[in-house]
Amino acid sequence: MGQYVLRRLLIAVPSLLGISLVLFVVLALAPGDPFSELATNPNVPPEVALALRAKFGLDDPIYLRYLHWLLAMAQGDWGFSFVSRMDVDTLILQRLPTTLYVIGSAQLLALLIAIPVGVYAATRPYSIFDQIANTFAFIGFSLPTFFTGILFILIFSVTLDWLPLVYTTDINATGVQWLIEELRQAIMPVVVLGLFQAASMTRFVRSAMLDVIRLDYVTTARAKGLGQTRVIVKHVMRNAMIPVVTLVALQMPAVFGGAIVTEQIFRIPGIGSLLISSILANDTPVVMAVTFVFACLVVFFNLAADVLYGWLDPRISLR
Amino acid sequence: MAGSTLAFPSAERRAYSPWRETWRRYRRHKLAVVSAVLLAVLIAAVVFGPLVWHVSINDIDVNSRLEGPSLAHPFGTDDLGQDILARMIYGGRISLAVGLAAMLVSVIVGTLVGALAGMSRGALGHALMWLTDLFLSLPQLPLLLLLIYLFRDGLKAVFGPEGGIFILVVLVIGGLRWMPVARLVRAQFLSLREKEFVEAARALGASPLRQVVRHILPNAVGPVIIAGTIDVAAAIIAESTLSFLGLGFPPDTPTWGRLLYDAKDYLDIASHWALFPGGAIFIAVVSINFIGDGLRDALDARKVI
Repeated sequence: MGQYVLRRLLIAVPSLLGISLVLFVVLALAPGDPFSELATNPNVPPEVALALRAKFGLDDPIYLRYLHWLLAMAQGDWGFSFVSRMDVDTLILQRLPTTLYVIGSAQLLALLIAIPVGVYAATRPYSIFDQIANTFAFIGFSLPTFFTGILFILIFSVTLDWLPLVYTTDINATGVQWLIEELRQAIMPVVVLGLFQAASMTRFVRSAMLDVIRLDYVTTARAKGLGQTRVIVKHVMRNAMIPVVTLVALQMPAVFGGAIVTEQIFRIPGIGSLLISSILANDTPVVMAVTFVFACLVVFFNLAADVLYGWLDPRISLR
Repeated sequence: MAGSTLAFPSAERRAYSPWRETWRRYRRHKLAVVSAVLLAVLIAAVVFGPLVWHVSINDIDVNSRLEGPSLAHPFGTDDLGQDILARMIYGGRISLAVGLAAMLVSVIVGTLVGALAGMSRGALGHALMWLTDLFLSLPQLPLLLLLIYLFRDGLKAVFGPEGGIFILVVLVIGGLRWMPVARLVRAQFLSLREKEFVEAARALGASPLRQVVRHILPNAVGPVIIAGTIDVAAAIIAESTLSFLGLGFPPDTPTWGRLLYDAKDYLDIASHWALFPGGAIFIAVVSINFIGDGLRDALDARKVI
């Protein structure tokens, strides 16, 4: 198992490097660079502009610039945000916990919905319950998060006035009151994101369960006289969850996409809304860094899924 | 085999062409049929709408701002008194066109990569699959935003504000969604290239290109059609998301996502402004997804991720 984890870690490193290369090439191919404004500025003599370009290595060959950038990123020197007037890494570290909190709660909610519904639907395929669950799942992942978000605001904030419209980090209360307020403002974003995830997850769980439930060993378990609950929970689910883990990990890029949208709608101060505001403010160092953080998170969750996969299915780690 | 087929009861039935057989199976999926009709109505409304509804999309009427649905404005008006129905007809053309064009990009790239990876027995196949996996682990929306942020101004200068963004959005959305198609095509190719009929073609001296185009690809097309259908829905969502974040088409181009973006600050006084374009996106996406589900039943393809 230890060897397996190590091997997975070694696979994650090249993909991180690959992603960083893709990001850097994209940036290098883009028209314009930080000093393009100097060339058109009449107050800067051309020789000063050229000297500045040479000093910051903008005219170096692209592989040297990539190596410089990579070394700087690895040492934690992520640049300086011109808009927020602070280091990019401090800025991101401030915002990251909020994003992880919202995404984590949403994934938890999605699992709490998807596993029971998917399992129950698979034990009664093509029943009324299965058909209703299937239709709802289809509608669920066809509803884009920005539209569900707006619908939720319209129903629960504007019409019913039950929940606060905007997310705040400095709630003016203490103790239990603070906790209640914190939970109330998190309900809508978490439910919007969680329901969207639950929709596709339910389908994964159902089809994985249906694949396993037909196998002979399940019939054997039933023939031994085990009860339905025991067969489903102990025998079928344990094996059916294996492919689900991978599918959930493959969904992670979509989850982050959804998180950006929900953070923007509910004005949650996470890294998703940071990305949007930096793009609108042309704050390139922050845009690059946030994109890279999202990429790292995706690679990290894929790694976690691989390790979990190895634990659920020992045959994999022995190969 | 040929002589014994008559013994099967199915041989009594009239011989159907493969497409007719597909349609017969598709028809059994009631929701898919309803969806196909819905989508056809939506496309017809968007394409032929301007022939029936003559209101201009830019007519500003300050006397009727933020009005709810009425006879003069069936979908109401926005904060400048512009007619939302006319704007939705115009924006719908762009939203649906982006969906179709991005699907074509992703299907073409995916088929090319998948076919190359499926036919090659050496390092090329491995390299292409590594590339596919790398692209699968890229965070799509952040990268989409980054690409649009970096290349927006350059393309705008070359192709004009609307054309430049259209090309950019289509290429970027399509370029980030080809991986599932590539995997499907590769999986199909790996099994098909060992089949007897391909071996026969090879024995008869067919070039690799002819083997692929005449023999393997036609048999691998079912899953690609299904994946392509679902890609249209995903591309429509992606484009609307960009517009909703204020980073898609220019502000005066009323795509459905852009209408939602403009409407989201007026939810309390003009909810119709958000509900109509949002509903249109939802109907388009849900019907395309159901059509994809119906096609999956009809073309009898196993679901591969």
